Amino acid sequence: MILETTEQALQALLAGPMPASAADQADVRANGVMITDYKSHGYHLDAKVSAEQLVAAVTIVDENGFFLESITGVDWIKENQLEVIYDFSRYDFDTCRVVIRTRIPREQPVVPTITAIYAGANWHERETHDFFGIKFAGHPHLVPLLLPEDADFHPLLKDFKA
Amino acid sequence: MSAPIQLRPDETFILNVGPQHPATHGVLRVKMEMDGEYIVKAETVLGYVHRMHEKMGENRTYAQYLPNLSRLDYLGALGYTHGHVLSIERAAGIEVPERAEYIRAITVELNRVASHLFWFGAFVMDLGGFSPLMYAIQDREHILDILEGVTGSRLTYCYYRFGGLYNDVDDEFIEATKRFIPNMRKSLKKYAALVTGNIIFHKRLEGIAPVSAETCRKYGATGPVARGSGINFDVRKNEPYSVYSDFDFDVPVYQEGDSLARYKVRMDEIEQSLRIIEQGLAKLPAGPIMTEKKPKNIKLPVGDFYQAVETARGSFGIRIVSDGDKNAYRLKLRSPTYSNMHLFDETCEGMLIMDALAFMGSLDLVIPEMDR
Repeated sequence: MILETTEQALQALLAGPMPASAADQADVRANGVMITDYKSHGYHLDAKVSAEQLVAAVTIVDENGFFLESITGVDWIKENQLEVIYDFSRYDFDTCRVVIRTRIPREQPVVPTITAIYAGANWHERETHDFFGIKFAGHPHLVPLLLPEDADFHPLLKDFKA
Repeated sequence: MSAPIQLRPDETFILNVGPQHPATHGVLRVKMEMDGEYIVKAETVLGYVHRMHEKMGENRTYAQYLPNLSRLDYLGALGYTHGHVLSIERAAGIEVPERAEYIRAITVELNRVASHLFWFGAFVMDLGGFSPLMYAIQDREHILDILEGVTGSRLTYCYYRFGGLYNDVDDEFIEATKRFIPNMRKSLKKYAALVTGNIIFHKRLEGIAPVSAETCRKYGATGPVARGSGINFDVRKNEPYSVYSDFDFDVPVYQEGDSLARYKVRMDEIEQSLRIIEQGLAKLPAGPIMTEKKPKNIKLPVGDFYQAVETARGSFGIRIVSDGDKNAYRLKLRSPTYSNMHLFDETCEGMLIMDALAFMGSLDLVIPEMDR
């Protein structure tokens, strides 16, 4: 039930349905929503949005009663892009896991913060900033969380050398 | 009891709780702006035991990464290793023999009881009662002995393998576990008489630090913290994995959201874990403990994989981004106490510092698990 509601709301925001064949080709994927195979992947809905659509997409998820599982990044160095991945789930027996992802250029890694919607995004965004150097525009306190307070390196970037 | 008060800014001072402080049970620092005994603002500072486990996840093969998982939460390590093996088995499509899954469930629940026992003792000690810790550690010792006999280690277990287990349980394990269950039930009665009904204990916790269900949702709180706030959410029930759907057990939920509710949830959970262990032993099927069709070098298909499990502290998630290699391209660990602790800063504003420390205890923190 909630899966269809959330999918429709996200699709209204984005371009339209995605062909399921594009499921495992993350590098060529256009923005859009797709239903993933829960049994093999462990989540139901996968929405790729642009950085500008992010806050609107997260608002939809919030309005449908989801809680924030985590935020993380991935360095796609070959495509010269960074990806930010948001995981959501619900306190419900009608299990529905939603992934929202957005890609940004490596030279200018900026996405808007979602701390105004989910207060709990604060630490997750700081951690992602620590590890990848991704800036969350509008974040109230974007200082290192897990790394030392004077850290100027981002260890999960693929070109990081210790 | 702890109503927020209006102050002039010049009346406050900064107090550092930690990084070395007994109440934080590890190296955690909370920078508190204080007005007398009242907290005006708190900022948790993490990272003192950060070891970059996620980078190690990229550098090591999936099998080499197995020991890392038990070094996150040293009190309930089996739950985390369970999550890791399940995530790989899901992504690689490895079938696990039923006997292995049953033994996994039994050992995870034993470990959960051990974790809750240690928390119980430490929590009461935070409030000034020393004896319960000694009783709790004694009971926990039996579990550690049982688990040591079958896994070979007492805390940092590396017992599960992709597709099964490292070795089978013996009669000694089964006998010792069967002996342990009635003894533990007796102890639970003792704890109830010794601590749960104690008037001082109640006064310290009742109505203190109420956390609303909405706050839990915004911060992503799970486990006993969420269940103490009236949220009926347990991954074992809501998103059944392993063989948990075969067991008859309840999920304790309390509506109050205060520190006492979180205490009650965990104490009730011990009994529910005992029920699962009991049923697991009764139903334990015969058969192999390792799948025959396990590939020697595990490579996952390209794509994203997520697996959540219910550990002693809440919902632990592993997100693997695979590019088809024998290492993960990106491995993210979603730690439950990280999200649970995050709501501390907001909730403790306006509270008395002693109430806030009791609240912190009721969150059941394990610092290496937060810092990873």
